[in-house]
Amino acid sequence: MARIKTLAARERGVPPLRGGHALCQGCGAPMIVRTILDSIETPTIVINATGCLEVATTRYPTTAWNVPWIHVAFENAAAVASGVETAYRALHKRGRLDETLTFVVFGGDGGTYDIGLQALSGALERGHRFVYVCYDNEAYMNTGIQRSSATPFAATTTTTPAGSQAFGKAQQRKDIAAIAVAHGIPYVGQAAGADWQDLSEKAERAAAAEGPAFLNVLSDCPLGWGHEARLGPRLGRLAIETRFWPLYEVVDGWYRLTYMPRKHVPIEEWLGLQKRFAHLFANDDRSLVAEIQRRVDADWERLLARCALSTADSR
Amino acid sequence: MNPPGAIVLRDEAAQPPTGGWRTAGRPEADRSRCIDCLLCWIFCPDSAIVLRGTRFADFDYEHCKGCEICVEMCPTDAIRMVAE
Amino acid sequence: MLTGTSLLTGAEAVAHAMRQIDPDVVPVYPITPQTPMVEAFAKMVADGACRTELVNVESEHSAMSAAVGSALAGARTITATSSQGLALMAEVVYIAAAMRAPVVVALGNRALSGPINIHGDHSDSMLIRDSGVLQLFAESAQEAYDLMIAAPRIAERQDVLLPVFVCQDGFTVTHSAEPVELLPDEVVDPFVGDYRVPYPLFDLDRITTQGPFAMPDSYFEHKRDQELAIEAAILAVADVADELRELTGRKIRLVEAYRLEDAERAIVLLGASAGTVKDVVDELRVAGERVGLLRICCYRPFPNEEIRLALAGMRTVAVLDRALAPGARPPLLTEVAASLYGSRVMLRSYVYGLGGRDLFPQDVRRVYADLTAGGSRRSGYLGLKESS
Repeated sequence: MARIKTLAARERGVPPLRGGHALCQGCGAPMIVRTILDSIETPTIVINATGCLEVATTRYPTTAWNVPWIHVAFENAAAVASGVETAYRALHKRGRLDETLTFVVFGGDGGTYDIGLQALSGALERGHRFVYVCYDNEAYMNTGIQRSSATPFAATTTTTPAGSQAFGKAQQRKDIAAIAVAHGIPYVGQAAGADWQDLSEKAERAAAAEGPAFLNVLSDCPLGWGHEARLGPRLGRLAIETRFWPLYEVVDGWYRLTYMPRKHVPIEEWLGLQKRFAHLFANDDRSLVAEIQRRVDADWERLLARCALSTADSR
Repeated sequence: MNPPGAIVLRDEAAQPPTGGWRTAGRPEADRSRCIDCLLCWIFCPDSAIVLRGTRFADFDYEHCKGCEICVEMCPTDAIRMVAE
Repeated sequence: MLTGTSLLTGAEAVAHAMRQIDPDVVPVYPITPQTPMVEAFAKMVADGACRTELVNVESEHSAMSAAVGSALAGARTITATSSQGLALMAEVVYIAAAMRAPVVVALGNRALSGPINIHGDHSDSMLIRDSGVLQLFAESAQEAYDLMIAAPRIAERQDVLLPVFVCQDGFTVTHSAEPVELLPDEVVDPFVGDYRVPYPLFDLDRITTQGPFAMPDSYFEHKRDQELAIEAAILAVADVADELRELTGRKIRLVEAYRLEDAERAIVLLGASAGTVKDVVDELRVAGERVGLLRICCYRPFPNEEIRLALAGMRTVAVLDRALAPGARPPLLTEVAASLYGSRVMLRSYVYGLGGRDLFPQDVRRVYADLTAGGSRRSGYLGLKESS
């Protein structure tokens, strides 16, 4: 059966995340959650950090979750998951639990790259078996679009606003996948909601990994990025095609590109559709756009080298 | 008696309607053009595409927020927004 | 295995209790003076004396976070910390209580920075006094052991389901050895029993959402429900204390009244310094002075009735706090005063022992002498070097 049909069949009419939540029109996060959970054959338990996904889906006394779900605080999803996963092994060892379960942790970029980094590092280092998913919308969206270390260079946010003296975020986005790889875990993947098939395949491989798995998934945010809700998946596709957001995985420390864009698509096509980059086009000066293109190209070359490919392979 | 610790039981929890978020009409499908590719289903942020088995059946208007992603992603232009 | 009476420090006594309880999961991070508890326990695990999954987490915040996840998943969970570690995990301590996670925490009471100090006082317990967890204070290594055995039973009672902290003065109790009588292993297991939470996260037949977002329309009621639970816990402590006494002959109780029956002057305090006070009480009693001690054992929930009953007939009472509440009256003083409100007891307040400074018999004699003079008084310090 085609993959999408397999995912649909697996739901049996009960989506892991159902409608009735308060996530924005066109939010990129829910389809990421569903795609990942539907790609995992065993029953799943979700551990969620504070953020848009957590707040909007669990307003007491409602819930949008059809799977067991726990949230404790903002910076500790990976630590809570460590406790849950250890309990699972302990209960199995003592014969108090039979079921095979898969643990999926969802944290936003804020709760993963920044405040949650320590707990994530500790959990990866100890080797707990779970799939950690960062749904990366590139800022602290739930609290009103503030900058995180995942925010791209030159993006405007409420705490790195563009103005006469500033051009938006001054720092390059942090390479969180490389940080995960540095822990020696069996599986790391960079994916995007826009390419559901690639995401689903990676979720499957992540769940099968015998140890921690980390997925960083680009999740568009109509409000925070400033684009029409309906364009979310198209925009995500552009992120991939412009090489702003390459799709790759790292298996036992070996990098592999999972999608090779065949055409060179200039970064303007990605930037131009989002209000958070509108200030880059306010006048005729394109030096920042050129700088962004230069950085994207440099990162791409480095990534290719890690994948044992060269720029020749990408022509 | 509510479960302690603000625990919510899925089977007893409410699932509030969010159809009222729509402002620009509701999606409707031209069944003759639909090829059951399920792209609308997988991209819908509100799980508002209802399937029968693995085939398109209907929209869940109680929860559809009118984001129009399904309209945008349908490869055969089988979905369009209709005024309410 | 070690049973009967042995020379053990408070830390070792706790480790033995943990071995006998054999918790499913122990997530833990080291900090003085808790470290010997964890080290001793880790060796027991490594030698197969129990089957606990020990998780060496990367911070105390993660220790309590993992503990909440584990406890709500359906596994008996214990952790331990002190001072800065407790301060770091404090956010999660409040959440653990609110989520009704029955985690047991062994606390080696240590001064909060700054300046940084590794020795004993009660400031760390005071930091979390409003968190909604239970706090039981041991005077001795024996009592620390007894309280640890009792703690899971109290925490896991289905009408309680709250974290229980077993507190012992850092170094004074954690690192000093005394004879400790351990229960036989085969007695502890049935006493502690099977672990159960009403809505385990792993229950696929009753799917739960745990730790939801609460708007103003429900938060207040959740906190009220939490208060009802900790108030009910006072009965749980008393009940489990009675059960444990049948096994050990020793009483753990809400308050310990030492020679108070006909006393006119009394000292009230928490923890190990009670030992010094008891010695001075005995000495003064020989000289005919009517003095006594009320040691509070169950600090949270605060045993208002028991304190009132024990002290309402006193002439003067001195509350000794091993912590400050800068800018206000010391914590134990204010709580004892509240429970005695409307009575005619005159209260004096002293702060002692901060940062591990010992309380000496001459300090205690001075307090009883001050009480003879009568009258209520502002805080004084015991053992402070006046020249500094």
